[in-house]
Amino acid sequence: MPTITLNQKVFEELVGKKLPLEELKDRISMLGTDLEKIEGNEITVEVFPNRPDMLSEQGFARAFSSFISVKTGLREYKTKPFGSSLTVNNLPKEWPYAVACVVKGIKFDHEKIKEVIQLQEKLGTTFTRNRKKGGIGLYPLDKIHFPITFTGKKPEEIKFRPLEFPEPMRANQILAQHPKGKEYGKIMEGWEKYPVFIDAKGTIMSMPPIINSHDVGKIDETTKDLFVESTGPDLNTIIKAINILTTSLADMGGEIFSLEIHYPDHEHYPSLRNPALKKFICPDFTPEKMKLDKDYINKRLGLSLTEKEIVDLLKKMGYGYEKESFSVLIPAYRADVIHQVDLVEDVAIAYGYENFTEEIPNVSTIGEENSFEKFCRKVREILIGLELMEAKNFHLMTANELNENMCKQEDIIPLKNALGEYNHLRNRLLASLMKNLKDNKHNEYPQNIFEIGRTFRYGDTETGVLERDNLAIVLCHEKTDFTEIKQVLDALMDSLSLKYKIKEAERPSFIPGRIGEIVLIDKKDDNGRKIGIIGELHPQVIVNWNLAVPVVGLELNIEEVFKATKL
Amino acid sequence: MGTTTEKRASTGGLSASETKTIIAKLHPLERTVLPLLKKVTELSSIAKAARLSEIEVMRALQWLENKGLLNINVTTKNIINLDKNGSLYQQQGLPERIFLSILDDQWKGLNVITKKTKLSREEVNACIGVLKKKLAIETEKGEFLHKLLDTEKYAVEELKKRKEIIKFEELKHTEVKLTPEGQELAEINLEGEVTNRLTTKMLKDGSWKDAVFRAYDVEINVPKKTPGKKHFVNQAIEYAKQIWIDMGFKEMTGNMVATSFWCFDALFVPQDHPAREMQDTFFMGGKVEKGKLPDSKILEKVKRTHEYGGDTGSKGWQNRWSNNITQTNVLRTHTTVLSAKTLAGLTEKDLPAKFFTLGKNFRNEAVDWKHSFEFNQTDGIVIDENVNFRHLLGYLKQFFGKMGFPKARFRPAFFPYTEPSVEIDVYHPEKKEWVELGGAGIFRPEVVQPLLGKDIPVLAWGPGFDRIILDYYKITDIRELYKNDLKLSREMKSWLK
Repeated sequence: MPTITLNQKVFEELVGKKLPLEELKDRISMLGTDLEKIEGNEITVEVFPNRPDMLSEQGFARAFSSFISVKTGLREYKTKPFGSSLTVNNLPKEWPYAVACVVKGIKFDHEKIKEVIQLQEKLGTTFTRNRKKGGIGLYPLDKIHFPITFTGKKPEEIKFRPLEFPEPMRANQILAQHPKGKEYGKIMEGWEKYPVFIDAKGTIMSMPPIINSHDVGKIDETTKDLFVESTGPDLNTIIKAINILTTSLADMGGEIFSLEIHYPDHEHYPSLRNPALKKFICPDFTPEKMKLDKDYINKRLGLSLTEKEIVDLLKKMGYGYEKESFSVLIPAYRADVIHQVDLVEDVAIAYGYENFTEEIPNVSTIGEENSFEKFCRKVREILIGLELMEAKNFHLMTANELNENMCKQEDIIPLKNALGEYNHLRNRLLASLMKNLKDNKHNEYPQNIFEIGRTFRYGDTETGVLERDNLAIVLCHEKTDFTEIKQVLDALMDSLSLKYKIKEAERPSFIPGRIGEIVLIDKKDDNGRKIGIIGELHPQVIVNWNLAVPVVGLELNIEEVFKATKL
Repeated sequence: MGTTTEKRASTGGLSASETKTIIAKLHPLERTVLPLLKKVTELSSIAKAARLSEIEVMRALQWLENKGLLNINVTTKNIINLDKNGSLYQQQGLPERIFLSILDDQWKGLNVITKKTKLSREEVNACIGVLKKKLAIETEKGEFLHKLLDTEKYAVEELKKRKEIIKFEELKHTEVKLTPEGQELAEINLEGEVTNRLTTKMLKDGSWKDAVFRAYDVEINVPKKTPGKKHFVNQAIEYAKQIWIDMGFKEMTGNMVATSFWCFDALFVPQDHPAREMQDTFFMGGKVEKGKLPDSKILEKVKRTHEYGGDTGSKGWQNRWSNNITQTNVLRTHTTVLSAKTLAGLTEKDLPAKFFTLGKNFRNEAVDWKHSFEFNQTDGIVIDENVNFRHLLGYLKQFFGKMGFPKARFRPAFFPYTEPSVEIDVYHPEKKEWVELGGAGIFRPEVVQPLLGKDIPVLAWGPGFDRIILDYYKITDIRELYKNDLKLSREMKSWLK
C-alpha cells in the first residue's frame, strides 16, 4: 500500500491545529489510515488505495483537519477560464481521452518540485495502476504555445528530446533506450499510433503515458505556472486524477485556470456520445450529488442519528449538504464514493469506531460442524488411540519429492509462478509423510505417523482440478512389516464397522509382492470399490528419502470411506 | 574397585537377610550368568557358556557389578586389521596390479581400462597416482609408457593413505573377578528360587501361592512410551471451530483451487486490482491455467455490476470486463471464496443464516521464519435483514474473547468487498500491546445483490488464525508449524483452552 511522509510542522500548519503526539497518532489511525512510524518530525502514514486524494501532504491535511473538526464541510476550489483550449482527436483506440488545465502562481523550490513529482508518481502507480489506466503530465507554461492538440501519430513520425536525454530520439528509440520507455513501454505494445501532445507551433510536448519533452516539459525552480494534463483509456479516471492533482496544487497556493476541451469527433468516444460533451470545461469541481437516505445509514450502522447529526458527521469527512434536495455533495477529488454505502462508512468513521457499542444480535440459527469434517475428526481420534502421531503438511511440494523420490511418474499439477521451490500441488500424501520421516531421522523410533489432508489431480471440475481428501499412514521402525500396517487398517475399519479386502497389485513405490489395493465392500457395490493401497515401501524409495529404516504404509480415499459409513 | 565391596569383604561376608534381598532382585540374565562365573571369566566364553549374546551378558555383568558381586576389568590392545578394500584386494589382488596386468605399450583410454579391469573410476585414478609415484609408469601428453619395476612391499604407512585397505582397531578383552560376596552367591542354586513373571498357568493351578516373586528396582527409569497425538495446529483449529458452532454457525467447506471469478470478481475486486497480480497470487499452470465460466446468469450479474453497477445502485468500477481474466485459476488467497460461493447458493427459505470456515489459504511467498506460502484464516458471514455494524463488532469481540483476548478494538480499514470495513486489534495481556489480527466488514451491495439476488446486510470477516496459534504455543519461527518434528510435537503442550 502507498505511504506518504508528512513534515510535522508543515502538516500542523496545513491542518491548522497542533495535537499532542498520542492524540495525533490515535486520530490518524481512526481516520482510516495506518500510522507507519513517527521519526523526528517526519510522520509516515499508509494511505488505503480507496483514498488517492490523501496521497499528498495537502490532501491528507485537508481530510485530517475536517476529521478533527478544525475545518469541516465541502472545500470550495475556484477556477477562472484561461481562454484557450485543448483539442483531442485522431487517437489510438487504446488511449483516447485527455483532459487538461493551467495552474498559476506556485512558487516552486526544490522541496515543492519534489512534492509535486511525488504526488504525480504516487497517483500513477496506485490510482492509475502503474500508468495502465492513465498518465499525468506537468509542463512549464511559458515554454508552450496554445491552443494545444492531443493526437495520435505513427511511431516513425514522432521525434523529440525526452527528459534528461541530450539528443532528439524517435519514438521507438525512446521505448527501447529511455528508462521510462523501458519501464512503461509495454503499455503501448501493438499500438498502431502513439499519442502525443503538440503545441500551436507544432512542437511535440510529450508522448503519454511514457515521457515528456526535455525542451518544453521539464519543471524546475524557475517554473511558476503549469500546464497540467491527464490522458488515458477511461475518462472518469483521468478526470479524478486531474481533480486530485489540481486541488492539491491549489492548496499549495496555486490558482486554477480552466481550458475548453474539444472532441471534434466525440461520437467515436463511448463516454462522450452525448452531443453536449463535444466540448467541456476542465477542471469542473462541481460536486456530484447523492441522495441522503437517513434510514439506510442508521440501519446499516445500528444507530439512530438525526438528519442533522448525519450531515454534521459527513461534513467532518469533507462532504457538503444541500438541504432542499436532501443531497450529499461529494467533493470532486473523491474517487471512491460509488454507492451510498460509501457514505455509510464515512459516517461511521466520523462517528468514531471506538464509540460503537458492540452487541450480539438475536439471529437464531443452529450451529453445525460439516459432517465430513466431523468424520475426519473421529478417524483422527481412532488413529491416535492406535498410538499414531498426526502430521500436518504443506500442500505444495517439489516434483522431485512427489515423483522421482517415490519412484513414479504421475501427472502432477504445476503452479505457474511460484517464487519458492515448492511449485507443485501434491497428488498423494505418502510423499509428505516420507518427507516427515526424513526430517525426523535424528529422533527416536518407532515413528508412526498419519495425515488426513487434501490432494490434487486433474479432473472434470469447474477449475479442472479434482481435490480430494486422503488418509495416509506410515509406520517406520526396524521390525515393521506388512502385518503391522494391516493391523492398523483392520483396527480402523473395525471401528467404523466397514468390511474390506486386499487385492494383489503392483505399484513402483512398493516392494513387488508386498503391496495390495484396499477394496471396500459395502451395500453399494458387491464387488467392492478400490479406495487405496497398502504395502511395504520399496527400498529404493526409502533410500531416495535418505532413510535407513524400513517403512510400511497405506493411503486411501477418506471421502469414500465416509460415504460408506453413511450407507 | 568398589569401596563398599572391600568393606563388606573385610567384615566377612553377607548376612542371611542381605543374601535373600539380593537374590530376590536378581534378573533372569543375572541368574544365568552368575553361577557360570565360577568356571569362566572372559566375556566371549561366558556368552558361549550361557548361550546368550555378548550384549546380554555384558548387561548382566554390569548389574552384578552394581550390586558389588564382581568387578569388570577391560583391557584394550591396538591391532591392525584388513579393512573393506583390504579384504577385497587380498582375494583379487591390488588394483594397481590388475591395472598393470592389462596395460601394454598401447594407450587404451581410461574408459576402456576401467571397463576391462572392473575397477571403479576412483580406483583407476588412484592406481595412476600410485604407479606414477613408484615410477612404474609415466604419463606424457596423455599417453602411458610403462617401465616395469619390481613391485615392493608396501609399508603400513603407505597403505594407511589409501582408501579402506587397512584399519586400526582396538581389541577389547573383558575379564571378571567375583568379589567374596559374589563367590558366596555363585555357590547358591539360584534356579527355581524366585518367579519372574506371573502367568495364566500359575493363576489357574494355584502355584502362585508358593511363588516368590523377583523384586524389581521400582525406582529405575523405564523406556519412554510414544503416545499418539493430534497435530497442535489441528487442536487449535478444533477449539476455534467449536466456538463458532456454539454461536450457531454452520461450517462451510470447499476447494482450494478457485477461478478468479469466485476468488475476486464475485467479491467485487476490480479486475485490475494489484492483489490479482503475479507477485501476490499463485496461478495454476499446466493444463489448468483456466477454469470454466460460472453459471451464465450469475456471470452476467457480476459482470454488469463491475462495469456500471448493474442493479445495485452503484456506479461500478467502470472497467472493461474480461472473461479471460475471470476464468484464470488461482490457489485461493482467502477463505472468503467460500463465503461468496455460499451466498450464491442460498435461497429465501435458508435465511437468516450464519456460516463459518477455518482453513488454509495461499500467498506467493518464499518461506522464511516470518513468511509462509500457506496460512490459516477463519471466515464468517451472518445474513439477516436486521443485522448491523454493531453486531459485526459484537461477534468479533465474542470470538476473540473466547480465544483468550477479552480486549479488542476496531479501526477503519479498506477491503474492496466490504463497506464499512474494520481492522481488528486485540490487546495482548503478556506483551501489553495491541496486536493486529485481521479484517472484517459488511459486504458491499455490489457483492451481495448479484450473488443473493437482493441487498440485505451480510456481516463478514476473515481474520488470520496463525498468529493466535504461534502465540499460544510460543513459536517464533513460523516454519515450525508444519515441520512435524516428532520430538517437538510429542513434547509440545496440548491446547488447553
